[in-house]
Order: sequence, then structure tokens, then C-alpha cells
Amino acid sequence: MITAFLFKSLDRSILIFVAIILAIGCIVPMLNLLVPADSMFHIPTYVVSLFGKYLTYALLALSLDLVWGFCGILSLGHAAFFALGGYAMGMYLVRQIGSRGVYGNPLLPDFMVFLSWKEMPWFWYGFDHFWFAALMVLAVPGVLAFVFGWLAFRSRVTGVYLSIITQAMTYALLLAFFRNEMGFGGNNGLTDFKDLLGFNIQSQGMRTSLFAVSAIALAMALLICSAIVRSKFGKVLVGLRDAESRTRFLGYRPENYKLMTFTVSAMMAGVAGALYVPQVGIINPGEFAPANSIEVVIWTAVGGRGTLIGPVIGATLVNFGKSIFTAQFPEIWLFALGALFIATTLFLPKGIVGTIQQTLRSGKDRKNAETMERLHAAEDVKKGVEVTLKPLAAE
Amino acid sequence: MSEAKPRSLLYLDNVSVSFDGFKALNALSFVIAPGELRAIIGPNGAGKTTMMDIITGKTRPDEGEVFFEDSIDLTTKDEADIARLGIGRKFQKPTVFESHTIWDNLELALNRKRGTFATLFYSRPKEDGARIDEILETVRLTARRNELAANLSHGQKQWLEIGMLLAQEPKLLLVDEPVAGMTDAETAETAILLKEIAKTRAVVVVEHDMGFIRDLDVRVTCLAEGSVLAEGSLDFVSNDPRVIENYLGR
Repeated sequence: MITAFLFKSLDRSILIFVAIILAIGCIVPMLNLLVPADSMFHIPTYVVSLFGKYLTYALLALSLDLVWGFCGILSLGHAAFFALGGYAMGMYLVRQIGSRGVYGNPLLPDFMVFLSWKEMPWFWYGFDHFWFAALMVLAVPGVLAFVFGWLAFRSRVTGVYLSIITQAMTYALLLAFFRNEMGFGGNNGLTDFKDLLGFNIQSQGMRTSLFAVSAIALAMALLICSAIVRSKFGKVLVGLRDAESRTRFLGYRPENYKLMTFTVSAMMAGVAGALYVPQVGIINPGEFAPANSIEVVIWTAVGGRGTLIGPVIGATLVNFGKSIFTAQFPEIWLFALGALFIATTLFLPKGIVGTIQQTLRSGKDRKNAETMERLHAAEDVKKGVEVTLKPLAAE
Repeated sequence: MSEAKPRSLLYLDNVSVSFDGFKALNALSFVIAPGELRAIIGPNGAGKTTMMDIITGKTRPDEGEVFFEDSIDLTTKDEADIARLGIGRKFQKPTVFESHTIWDNLELALNRKRGTFATLFYSRPKEDGARIDEILETVRLTARRNELAANLSHGQKQWLEIGMLLAQEPKLLLVDEPVAGMTDAETAETAILLKEIAKTRAVVVVEHDMGFIRDLDVRVTCLAEGSVLAEGSLDFVSNDPRVIENYLGR
């Protein structure tokens, strides 16, 4: 009863949270577009974009929570999937520039003209179409995660070793994307975007739409994750997180479960990256930096791993803090972030949301435990009576 | 020629395995008949746990044959395959899913499709719920079905694990030291439970507790240094001079 109740309340809290996100997705654009600029309720466009960026970070943190919180895979390379999704979107946006680039070349993007390339590399074909780019946003991170996971999970690489190779993966991608010959703009990455789906990317309407779409994507991802972790599949995930050998000897194949979760999670991270790029206006190899992936882990830990809601809150709060800190005291931000992580590990090991849930639960549990104790006591008395009476009855 | 009933459920022949030069199993051979209850004893390091690792696919033998139901070669299969064939294993240290409820532990163990999509879209039919209730009764945990497994006592965890193995509906159950750390009352109850389970399937019990084995009243195999030292009734085995020297003590 306790868990059934808990599960119900968990379900309800997710639904409420999703409703709040969708409401924010409606209200913020309205406050920007409909309220006159001199009103105190008006939200300036740059703030909308800033919070739109936080929403995509929240989606990234959520995708990490699915593999770390429920599957026990501490991925230190999740920003790589985010960056790949971002690059897929960036390539589409670059193709939309057309002949409006600095060099005015109608066929080639600026950086290729600069490198005096004569024609477009094959992997740029198709990115003129939005549908193709959208497909690649899911497919590229998905395929990388599938291949990586297939090799790693099948060889039963777990724990810190897995974390280290995810870190190596993102570092390798960082180095690769820095090279001009890779054909993704090298050090500078892709920028100077003009249009998205035919609309000016700088326009107020586009900024608010991107915010709304980010909110919807986050809400949908929350529902999907919640459905996954509440299914029997999700129970197997938690099972293999806690006792992998037990699931194996029950006949489950942990590698398949991990692979599927890792791939889904990478695709979610890719979507987050694709929504991030048009809102910040640039994607460059810096997004692959190992430190970025580690930051995602901190957001998730601060919010509460394994809670789904926690990472969303953690990502928003930490990044809000980062925006303020880096404006006021840029030199101490990294120290503050490190201190935050240590403080969370020491004082809030379950994170913000995890601690709240635990406090609520322990109140209910205490009541339940009391009833249980009385029940057990009654049972013991019954047993005691039986034991004393049986020999007597036999006589 | 195909026989309706297999002659042996489990057949080990000349199985050897060594770790870094240490021979954990040395030409071990024995046979378990369908429906048999067998106890395995032996001093520490005799290879009891290694034997279970080999049967369940955790360790591959260097040489020798392991067959299930006469024809299935277990040395070519992995743990999940072997579990699906119908071999259940209980670990020495109780291994249950601590952050799941007792009910969920049993639901995960229930003998249903194990694929990723099958579990993703699983919705529990009535008969599955009834079966879980039945197992809860058998292992005496009905009252605590909705509590987290982490809150159970050591003995209750052992029983929950046995319940999970029952839910798995194995043909052969391997049980590693089920009564270690149990009170006398719990030990006696566990013997009754195992005998009950052995009515419908084969059970192999590895145990140190001689009183418990006497309670079980079954055929005993004594292992030492990786091979079989003696086999027979407990009285027969415990009177064997080599067993006395190697295991029971002077």
C-alpha cells in the first residue's frame, strides 16, 4: 500500500510538474508579445531566450537522469550527444544562409569558401531540408550511443571504467571537431544564422516560439521518461542498478536494457542540443568539452538523481546562478560550482527534490510502521499462544 | 531415439577449471536426476561455489562437459540463457532488489517474457497477481508485500530470494548456504520450505550446517579440492574416513 500510494503520488507530481512547464511555455511568450514593453509584467526578449536555453539544459539533465538515476550508468559524456544534435541543427541553419554569407557564395558555406574548398563534402547533403536535419538530430546521437553502448555493455564495462570511456568519447569528438578538415567549421564552429523554417531567427516571434517549443519538448520528454521508469521495464532498470547479477540470473539481459535506455537518452540529449543552438546562435567544438558533461552531472545531483523532476529544477537553478555569478564575479564561478557539488554530496545526497520526497515519505512511513508493528505484535502473540497451547492440546 | 523423460537433469563430466594456477575444480563429475534433492558439503575452497558458477554460466570450464536434460550444452550459453532454460540460483549472500517492494521483486522474477519491449509494454494480467499472492503465502511474506525489500531481516531476505526463484519456475534450483546467519527456528522452517519445493523440482543445496542437512534427510555429495570425495546418505558419507579427515575434522 505504501508504494502503491507513493507511485500514485509520484505520478501525480509528474503530471502537475508537466502542467506547470506547459503553462510557463504559454505564459512567458504571452508576457513578451502581448504586454507592452513599459509594463512591469513585460518579459524582455533576451530573458525569454535565456530561459529558453535553461529549458534545453533541463532536457539534457533529464536525459542524463534516465541513465544515471535509473540505470546506474554515470555518463560523463552526455554533452557530446547534446552537441551532435546541435551540430545537426546548425548545419541546417548554415544551409539556410544561402548567398547572404560574408563571401556571398550561393553554393558553399563561408568557412568552406575560406578554406578554398571547391565543393560540399558528402555529409552536408540533405541538410538544406528541415525534415532531414530533424531526423539527423535524433539519428546521429542515437546511432553513436547505440554503437558505443553495444560495445561497452556487451563487454560488461561498468562503474568508473564506463564513466572514463564516456569522457574519452566526448574528448575525442572535441579534438576531431576542432580540425578544419572535419568539415564542420573547425574552431569557430557554425554561426551567423539567418533563418529557421523561413522566419528570421533573431525576430521576437521566433525567439518566443523556440521558448514554447523547448517547453513542450521538455514536457513530452518528462512524460516519456515517467512512463518508462514506471513500467516493468523501469523496474528491471532499477533492479540491474542495484543487483545486476540477480537480474542476469533471473534471465534478463542487462546489456539490452542498458543499450535501449542509453540510446533513448542520447536522442533526448540530441533534441535538447538542436533546440539550444538556434537560441544561442552558435555551435562550436567547445560544447564537447568534458567539463560540460560534468556540469550536467552536477545539475542532476543538485536537483536529485532518480527523481526526473529534480534534474529539471537543478539545471534551471544552477544555470540561473551561473548567469548571475559569471556577470558579477566571473573568476570564482568554477569554485562556487565545485563547492556546490561538494555541499550537495555531503548535506543533500539525494538532491533537492529527493530530500523533499524523503521527508514527505518518512512522515507517512512512520504512521504505517506503527500500524505494521501492532500487526506484527498481534501475530507474535498468536504464535506464542499456539506454541504453548499445542502441546497441551496434544495431551 | 528420443526419450520422453530425460535420464539426467544435470550431468557434469570431468569438469576442471583453474584460476591463476589454482585448480578450483579438478575433474569433477556428478549427476542430478530429475526431481532430486541433493546436498553438497565440503570444506572452504572445495569448489562448491565455483561449481555453481559453472552450471549457471558465470564461469567457463577449462575442460569437461556440462549438460542439462541430457542434450543441452551449458558451457556454450550465458547466464540469461541458462536462467531461461530453467536453472535458478540463490546466492550465499541474499541478493534481492532492495529498492523495490517485495511484491515488485516477485513480479520481476515471475516467469514471463524477458525482452525489453515485452517488459516496456507489460500490463499485469490477473493470473500473474494471483501467482504472486500464492508465492507470498509460501514464503510467509504476505503481510509485508508492500514494504521495501531493504527493510526485511536477513532471514526474510533469504526467503524472499527463494520466493523469487519459485516465481521463476525453474526445473533445477541451486541454493548456496541458505541458512547461514539464520536462527535455529528459521533454519528448521527453511528445511521444511526446501523439502516442499523439492516435491516439484530438483534442488541442489550447498551447506555447512550438518544439523540442517540431517533435517533435509537427503543424498549427500562431499567435495574436497575440486572433486567428489564421497557420495551417499549422510551417515554413509560422514563415516567415510577421507571425509572425516578432510572435512569433519579429526
